[in-house]
Amino acid sequence: MSATVGIPRALLYYYYYPQWKTFFDHLGVKTVVSRETTRAILEKGIKSTVDEACLPIKLAVGHVLDLKDRVDYIFLPRIVSTARREYICPKFLGFPDMVRNNINNLPPLIDNNMDLYRKGSSLYNLFYMVGRYFTHNPASIYKAYKASMESLHVHCRDMEAGRLPFETGGKDNQNYRTRDGGVHDVTIAVIGHPYNIYDRYISMNMIKRLWDYGADVVTADQLTETAFRREAGKLPKQLFWTLNQRMVGAAFYYFERPDVDGLIHVASFGCGPDSMTGELIERYARRSSRKPLLNLTIDEHTGEAGMITRLEAFMDMVRWRRHLDDVAATL
Amino acid sequence: MKVVYPHMGHMWICVKAMLEYLDVEVVVPPPSSKKTLLLGVKHAPEFACMPLKLNLGNFMEAAEMGADTIVMAGGCGPCRFGYYAHVEHAILRDLGYRYQLVVLEPPQKHIGELLGKIKHITGHQSWRRVINGIRFGYHKAEAVDQLEKMSHYCRPRETRAGATDRALQSALREIIAVDRPEKLPAALNNAMGMMNAVSLDKQRPVLRIGLVGEIYTLLEPFSNLDIERKLGGMGVEVDRSIYLSEWINEHLFMGLKKNKGGSKLAKQKAIKYLGHSVGGHGLETVGSTVLYAERGYDGVIQLLPFTCMPEIVAQSILPRVSTELGIPVMTLIVDEQSGEAGLVTRLEAFVDLLARRKQTGKVLA
Ligand code: SF4
Repeated sequence: MSATVGIPRALLYYYYYPQWKTFFDHLGVKTVVSRETTRAILEKGIKSTVDEACLPIKLAVGHVLDLKDRVDYIFLPRIVSTARREYICPKFLGFPDMVRNNINNLPPLIDNNMDLYRKGSSLYNLFYMVGRYFTHNPASIYKAYKASMESLHVHCRDMEAGRLPFETGGKDNQNYRTRDGGVHDVTIAVIGHPYNIYDRYISMNMIKRLWDYGADVVTADQLTETAFRREAGKLPKQLFWTLNQRMVGAAFYYFERPDVDGLIHVASFGCGPDSMTGELIERYARRSSRKPLLNLTIDEHTGEAGMITRLEAFMDMVRWRRHLDDVAATL
Repeated sequence: MKVVYPHMGHMWICVKAMLEYLDVEVVVPPPSSKKTLLLGVKHAPEFACMPLKLNLGNFMEAAEMGADTIVMAGGCGPCRFGYYAHVEHAILRDLGYRYQLVVLEPPQKHIGELLGKIKHITGHQSWRRVINGIRFGYHKAEAVDQLEKMSHYCRPRETRAGATDRALQSALREIIAVDRPEKLPAALNNAMGMMNAVSLDKQRPVLRIGLVGEIYTLLEPFSNLDIERKLGGMGVEVDRSIYLSEWINEHLFMGLKKNKGGSKLAKQKAIKYLGHSVGGHGLETVGSTVLYAERGYDGVIQLLPFTCMPEIVAQSILPRVSTELGIPVMTLIVDEQSGEAGLVTRLEAFVDLLARRKQTGKVLA
């Protein structure tokens, strides 16, 4: 019987799942992903986390709990840094410990560091340590690692080509009804952490709703690394949070794009980095763009009805503004 | 050029000494107050933490007094503090303030950046003088820390209520008045004499509580609703896990002055519970709690501003430390809504609990 490794459908799952899965597949290790977010999963997470934690962290704890009793290990790499001289957020740094110190009877956590902070560091360090749990053959670890990197690149290319993380990769990811192919007359940029905008429950199906409203959706993940970093470089000081750097860069980029009609910034309630970058984006918008910007903060109490009203009002505004611009162009 | 820097407890004393020694004109904003906070709250992002809001208020108040240049520490993450200066500057600019911003931080590329900024502030001063100025400021910080530590010992034992606070105020005035490094030792001597003159009842039983948490909230009495004095009044001797001079040493000198062991030891102690640094003082918070338990303290209080990320990580780990090592821990979160009355009730309840524990402990033993 081979071991099973649980992967929570939370946090950086949206970026790295294809890579992680490939790696474990190559080592003959079975993986199980936690179920899609439900109220029950979120509730469980909320109960086992301090009140002050942000929603994504509570949710991630919920996903760990969802896996707890049905796997041999839980894969919870400590994400220190995914880019040189940058971090994600302090909570990512401490997440495995937050889990370990609050939940009893956990299966062993595989929490080796993913750390690209220093020059010359590579993901191989992480995968080597992880591989050692299951095999002592360095050659097969290396092979699995190589294959996993290939998956990561494919995944990134797919996202850059416009597919959203839940649309790429294996069949696990395809349960989100893909686009309807209908007519889309406006384009909306949705800017937020992947675990907020791609989680259907948490985002209250925002992307799908926008599609239904006849909008095309673009996100920060369609930009290449070079592109978003160039844009974010307009800030007086480089941000040291990778995800937020991506968000700010994408916002700046889409503000300038004539084919994007409006932006939605999705922030987590109580999120430290979002509180800073949200402010920067908003100031930029006010100073140098005419595009409508909607700021949505989500927490566990956000009601669906309120959000729908705001989305609809925003869409009206986007169309109205566009109409004005079209009229102005003919004058 | 008139320089302002944000308040953080008594930090202004040492920065002022340093800059004035270097002939830089300094504006010390009024101590942080309700008004400062209101100004900040009005213009800062809602979920920014309280230190940012107070900084902003400080700058707005200082502008009225003629300040035109902000000097601030920076940082390179992952705590938000490293980005404060820039967000504050952007807000001020949009409000129409014309501030020049100089951020002193660990250099991104090479040390020349930092030196250049120091030169910019100090003008034509020689490096030798600059270094003497920095040393002067640092020594003042050490002096202030020493006096504060004495006050922590005196407060719960004073025989006349308020005597310690009065002595501390005069003692600090001695230090503030010093304008040349060579006069500092004598002034410190005087000041310590004043503290020693407070009449004490050394037999009185006191409780000992360690304060851990986010540095700004620990050091700035306005932000923590004067917790040290309140606890002192309830018969508690407090110890703070980090003092100003230690922070300056770590944050600005990058530990150049060899550490007295404090925070390094704390970090080692934390590893069992928290396997990696999480920015800010999260690791120290966990480690210091372990240390206080080992040193037989009666309890620990963690202080943090609402939404402070590193401290939230620590907060979620402290319950385990508390049960395993048998030391009660209370977490206090401050924000602009924190009320005086609520805090006092919670402190009293906690102190009561500790006192009862100590009693039963004695009976059992
Ligand atoms: S980046 Fe924000 S939302 Fe994400 S874990 Fe950190 S505080 Fe929470």
